[in-house]
Formats: sequence, structure tokens, C-alpha cells
Amino acid sequence: MGIRSIALLAKISERSLLPVADVSVGVNGFLKYHLFGHTFWLTTTHVSLAVILLFFIVFAVVANRALKKADPYGKPSMFVNILELMVESIDNLVKTNMGVKHGMAFANYIGTIFAFILICNISGIFGLRAPTADYGTTLALALMTFVLIHYNGFKYQKMKHLTNLAKPVLLTPINVIGELATPLSMSLRLFGNVLSGTVLMALIYGLLPKVVLFFWPGALHAYFDVFSGCIQTYVFCMLTMVFISQNFEEE
Amino acid sequence: MGEFNNFFVQGCSAIGAGLAVIAGIGPGIGQGIAAGHGAAAVGRNPGAKGDIMSTMLLGQAVAETTGLYGFAVAIILLFANPFKKAW
Repeated sequence: MGIRSIALLAKISERSLLPVADVSVGVNGFLKYHLFGHTFWLTTTHVSLAVILLFFIVFAVVANRALKKADPYGKPSMFVNILELMVESIDNLVKTNMGVKHGMAFANYIGTIFAFILICNISGIFGLRAPTADYGTTLALALMTFVLIHYNGFKYQKMKHLTNLAKPVLLTPINVIGELATPLSMSLRLFGNVLSGTVLMALIYGLLPKVVLFFWPGALHAYFDVFSGCIQTYVFCMLTMVFISQNFEEE
Repeated sequence: MGEFNNFFVQGCSAIGAGLAVIAGIGPGIGQGIAAGHGAAAVGRNPGAKGDIMSTMLLGQAVAETTGLYGFAVAIILLFANPFKKAW
């Protein structure tokens, strides 16, 4: 049961309620294997993640070579310019939201999850099923943020981080539930947004006649994958930065 | 058993999924209010358009969460129905 609740939509094709055959909105399992007495599935999420990580590895190698070959005194090439623009915009985002003193240590983390979530969200354009439309992926991302929030809370505020929970003594349970709801709401927000786009696109592709499919899904891809994906990436990183930097200031 | 079989559960789940996405009304109203106030703020102070835009988008995305809970309930009822195996 634990596996099923994490990979929430696994194996939908087996027990789908829709009578339409070629609409598949869920995670499809390809390969079943057993490990430590549990049954696991190799799903579409893993395949999309493998493709995306391959893209990142190739991109990192190419970028590393371009930066090593770059002449520090000459005119930078276009690719190096784009790389510098990306790094500087992430740095500026972190600087304005978390402050220079403690915040700059998080620029690498924020940049990593920003790039990962962005590429995951817009991978629907390239025919992959977005990995962020699987609750396992978004829950893992939100749990990393949760751990970072409380690690930095104890690091910068010591034991006051615990006693702050019981500030109005009567409200202690509500404060605790509020802290625990943070990863839940962050993961469900990303998951729900991307999944709603995926479900709508699958319905459009499966149910419309072929003539309409020439122009209409393009607009929907532009909205659900690019626009909504970018907004949700920005929101996830913004909330991560805000929650972490709350712990710095109340010294 | 009897008339309460899996088909009955499926039909009731479909009705429940339809009811669950009514939760989209609230975030719609909230996002509209946020966008309206954002437009008013840009009209009053056009220089701060970037800050207003990012604040507005963040607030709208947070307000959208409650609607997405309804959507998640609908999806679970349709595709990962927890009641179906009770019989």
C-alpha cells in the first residue's frame, strides 16, 4: 500500500474507468521487479527522468568545455554569454530574496532545483510525460526543502527554533500542523498544476478529431507546459527561499 | 453484494469527482481579485511593474492550492479509487 500511495497514479491503464482506449493520463509501468520483498515498477517517470538527466549531463560537459576554452580578455562567445546570464540571474534572485550575508550559500541549491523543475515541467513539449506529474518526484523535492528549513532553523536560532512553536501556548498544535503542512502544500501545488496540464492535454489528444489537432494543442502546450511550468518553477523556488530565509533574520 | 457493486461505486465516484472540482470557484475569484489589484497598483506606480508582477504571481499560485486539492480528490476518485476494492 505504501508504494501505491507514493506512486499515486501507477498502473492506471489496467483499471481505467474511461472507455476511450488511447487516452492515457497516468504513469504507465513497463517492467515489474522485486526487491526486498516489495514489488516495484519501472514507470514512464523513470524513463523521462533518465532522458532529462542525460540532457543535463551533456549540457554540463558542453558548458564546462566552453567555459574552459573561453578567453578571459577577449569577447565572450554567444554560448558563454548565455551561461553567464543564467548564473547571474539566479544569483540576483537569491541575493534579493535571501540577503548577501547568509543567502549566497544557497545559490547553487536554488539554481539546481530551478533548472531541474523547469526542464521537467516543459518536457511535455518534447513528448515526454512530465516527471513532476508524479507525486513521488514533487514529494521528494518538497521534503528536501523541509529538511533544509529546519536544519537552518536549528543552525541559526538554536533552541529558539523549537520554543517559537509554542509562542502562544494554546496555539502549539496549530503551529506544529502548520509546519508539517508546508511540504504537503508545496508538493501538491507543483504536482496538481503539472498533472492538470497533463490530463487536459491527454484528453485533447485522445478525444478530438484529427483535423483539429493541427493548431489547437499548440496553444494549449504553450499555456500548460511553458507558461504554467515557468510560473510553478518560479513559485517553488521563491517559496523555498522565503521559508529558508525566515530563519536568518529573527535573531 | 446486491445492488451496491463496483459499478454503483464507480458511478457515485464520477459524481463525486464532478462535485470536487467545484472547488475551482474559490481560487478563480481570488486570483481575479489579485490580478485586479495588481493592475490597479501598476496604474498607480508603473515604475514598480516587475515587483508587483512577481508578488501577484506568487500570491495567485498560493491561492491556487486549495483548488488543486479539489482537483487531486477528483483524480483520486476517478483513477485510484480507494473504495473500489471494498466489495
